[in-house]
Amino acid sequence: MIETLKDYYSGFAIMNQELTLVLVLIFVLLADLFLGEKGKKNLQFAAIGSFALATISGFTVSFGGSQEAFAGMYVTSDMHVLVKNILNIGTLLVFFFAHYWNKNENRNQSGEFYFLTLSTLLGMYLMVSSGNFILFYIGLETASIPMAALVAFNKKNRDSAEAAAKYILTAAFSSGVMLFGISLIYGSCGSLYFDEVANAFQGLPVQILAMVFFMAGMGFKISLVPFHLWTADTYQGAPTSVTAYLSVMSKGAAAFTFLCILFKAFHNYPEIWQNILWWIIVVTITVGNLFAIRQKNLKRFLAFSSISQAGYIMLGVISGSPLGMTSTVYYIFIYLFTNLAAFGIISNIENQTGKVGMDDYNGLYGTNPKSAFIMTLAMFSLGGIPPFAGFFSKFFIFAAAAEQGQYLLVFIALLNTIISLYYYLLVVKAMFINKSENPIPTIKSDNMSIIGLGICTIGILILGFISPIYEYMTSISFGM
Amino acid sequence: MMAIIFCLGSEKKNIIRMVMAVGALAILGTAVYVTLDFLAQREAGDAADFLFRQDIVWYQSLNINYSVGVDGISVAMLLLSSVIVLTGVFASWGMEIQTKEYFLWFLMLAIGVFGFFISIDLFTMFLFYEVALIPMYLLIGLWGTGRKEYSAMKLTLMLMGGSAFLMVGIFGIYYFSSADGQLTFNIVEIAKNHAMPVDKQLIFFPLTFVGFGVLGAMFPFHTWSPDGHASAPTAVSMLHAGVLMKLGGYGCFRIAMNLMPEAADQLSWIFIILTGTSVVYGAFSACVQNDLKYINAYSSVSHCGLVLFALLMMNKTAMTGAILQMVSHGLMTALFFALIGMIYGRTHTRDIREMGGMMKIMPVLGVCYVIAGLASLGLPGLSGFVAEMTIFVGSFEHTDLFHRFFVIMGCTSIVITAVYILRVVGKVLFGPVQDKHHESLTDAVWHEKIAAFGLIIAIAGIGLAPLWLSDMISNSSIIMHFMK
Repeated sequence: MIETLKDYYSGFAIMNQELTLVLVLIFVLLADLFLGEKGKKNLQFAAIGSFALATISGFTVSFGGSQEAFAGMYVTSDMHVLVKNILNIGTLLVFFFAHYWNKNENRNQSGEFYFLTLSTLLGMYLMVSSGNFILFYIGLETASIPMAALVAFNKKNRDSAEAAAKYILTAAFSSGVMLFGISLIYGSCGSLYFDEVANAFQGLPVQILAMVFFMAGMGFKISLVPFHLWTADTYQGAPTSVTAYLSVMSKGAAAFTFLCILFKAFHNYPEIWQNILWWIIVVTITVGNLFAIRQKNLKRFLAFSSISQAGYIMLGVISGSPLGMTSTVYYIFIYLFTNLAAFGIISNIENQTGKVGMDDYNGLYGTNPKSAFIMTLAMFSLGGIPPFAGFFSKFFIFAAAAEQGQYLLVFIALLNTIISLYYYLLVVKAMFINKSENPIPTIKSDNMSIIGLGICTIGILILGFISPIYEYMTSISFGM
Repeated sequence: MMAIIFCLGSEKKNIIRMVMAVGALAILGTAVYVTLDFLAQREAGDAADFLFRQDIVWYQSLNINYSVGVDGISVAMLLLSSVIVLTGVFASWGMEIQTKEYFLWFLMLAIGVFGFFISIDLFTMFLFYEVALIPMYLLIGLWGTGRKEYSAMKLTLMLMGGSAFLMVGIFGIYYFSSADGQLTFNIVEIAKNHAMPVDKQLIFFPLTFVGFGVLGAMFPFHTWSPDGHASAPTAVSMLHAGVLMKLGGYGCFRIAMNLMPEAADQLSWIFIILTGTSVVYGAFSACVQNDLKYINAYSSVSHCGLVLFALLMMNKTAMTGAILQMVSHGLMTALFFALIGMIYGRTHTRDIREMGGMMKIMPVLGVCYVIAGLASLGLPGLSGFVAEMTIFVGSFEHTDLFHRFFVIMGCTSIVITAVYILRVVGKVLFGPVQDKHHESLTDAVWHEKIAAFGLIIAIAGIGLAPLWLSDMISNSSIIMHFMK
């Protein structure tokens, strides 16, 4: 009895990051309660500061090999730790950008904002580290339900409510589809642990059906075509900080989890899901790109761009190799800095002038040269132009797909980068070349978002040249 | 240097220009020094493929290195690029709008070009290739003339399309680079291993060749070139037609043909047809254009087609001629675009129907234009003659009907070139003055003279003393490689 209890509690020993995050969560909740109306300003610093400490402490965690707890329910390894650290960095950056919004427009609910965001982060942690479909599902729901509340945060804005309704309905629907898949897996494999599912998976029709349902559910979360329809409306309606969070963190965590589960639970029949994924990638990238061309609202524009980026992330997943995992995580890492830089600028400008249309950005270089410069870097990096970081991540992810002989897929994806470059250049063109009667006035950013943008800019400019990060990821990644 | 300019305020235009001029001079000095040192080391008997090698491990797990070095061909290209960058700086001396940003992007373009020519690692080379492409969008879109936004977008997207083909080719080369599993991006090692099966070469050779061929303005992928050149500001046209298009030829040669020789041999007929078409088609198109820049852009299509055409002949003489043609065409087309820019800056028109009698109004520019034209149509004593002569002599070594037919077709382009060059010279420089306002125009000022004379000296220098250059090129091991 005592031995079992000991085992039980020792399981918590490897959950350092989760426990730290729970501490921060409780701290923020209590601080919000006790600081009251007057302490809103201090609350923000308390939340950001404590979370920054948690982020830093995350880098001290190291396991060497793979570890598990609660009889394989929870698994972790250096790769999982790294992914959580990447999520932490992203969340911290979102907090920086959200600071101004929380200080003014969202003053009354800033405590809730931090609390809910950190709750979704906890859900993502559990999802990433799951070794069983049940924990995975719990993590997923913990991540999605507070997210719906976050999307609806602009209570007076009808768009925000509409976005949240769309989000919660599709999320519920996709969860249902996924649960159905999971129940079929349990019925046909007799277990929900990934390892045991892998052993029992024989490619029976019912198992393949289960896998397809599971993939469809994941497709909703990562917004792969044809499960992407909620993305544009939700991204447009949600407060910009939440959109940024949704587009990077939510997507990154789900993509990594998807990769882990495919590698762990379905690795005996890779050609089945690789064939499905092949088509999903082709349509995701193409549809995302083609729809992005016509968008005039920058948030909507970035929504479609993020759909096609999700397709590129899947290129690393389809390879099923350690190189694929490395390049997927690396892609998410770079994508985080790049996309958050873009959202940082958009949120800055939206907060101060309320403008998000692409036409509003005409002549931005004349009035806000620094913002225009950072936005250009972000667009070039998203388009995969060297010497910015996006080039390196794209190169590696293509290399991972090409390693498995997927040359046709790489070629299709590359042709799509031309389309994507076209619309990314449209933004650059608006800022640098187009003339405007009524340009956005020179805005003065607050210090927090300047710090955030600075970090993103440095990330875009130099990350590609620092190979040790990539090498470290290579050393801890694993394949099927 | 980029850092210095970045730190300067945008108000200090003169200082920025001075920094650029001194920097470009330093680059030229370095290039000359590298050339002399290179020749000295070769003289001393250093027979390594590449000299001045430098390798830094970058991404170890993928075996990506920052690996640079030069052989005779790269040295020739470096000299060409540095001359054009220097004269380009002087040609854009009068740039008044957003001078700082202009020169920054211009420098990024130059960095890409230089980096490309000295890279030995495929990854580094591809990186520099794309670094050279993207500043074009802003340079043309912001500082260009005419339908600049359309041209800039068309150029960027077509060239990126080329690089999509290229990237697949590069992955193919990488994953078949070695028989024993130690994959590498290093060109020298890949050529040595020579591990790629012929059936794979047949897939990846066309991809790579087309990828670079787009930049080399190969028919039917040349359509970006006339619009792009016509809209670009003067110095950018110079650098683009003079150097950037050479990246295409250089890459076709160094990567596609060098690393996949069997496929090059088997598939050369397709590309001989395409490049032969570009030679003649470009020349004919140039005959009917009325815009000075379009005439030159089509003439570039024709001449760059000749470069690829000669490379595909795959013998020593023709290949040496091809590299000479790259240098020669780079210089004279840069001179053309510089002069056109200067003339346009005065007349504000490039339509040859609206100009006439310029020789009387601006004799210096006129004489320079005639010299450029004569070099272009291959007058002995100027660089064009040396290059084209070598190419056609080499090409005639093939005795079969197919090659003969296309070589003779290519030769006709010399005549057509004479037609469009003399047409322009006759209409624009001589004859009656078409527009009364033109009579009050001034001749070249000092910085324009530096740009034009610098290029003319280089053209005449190669024309009068070509031997050292052609020896340096033809002794490169890569050309020897094709002798087997």
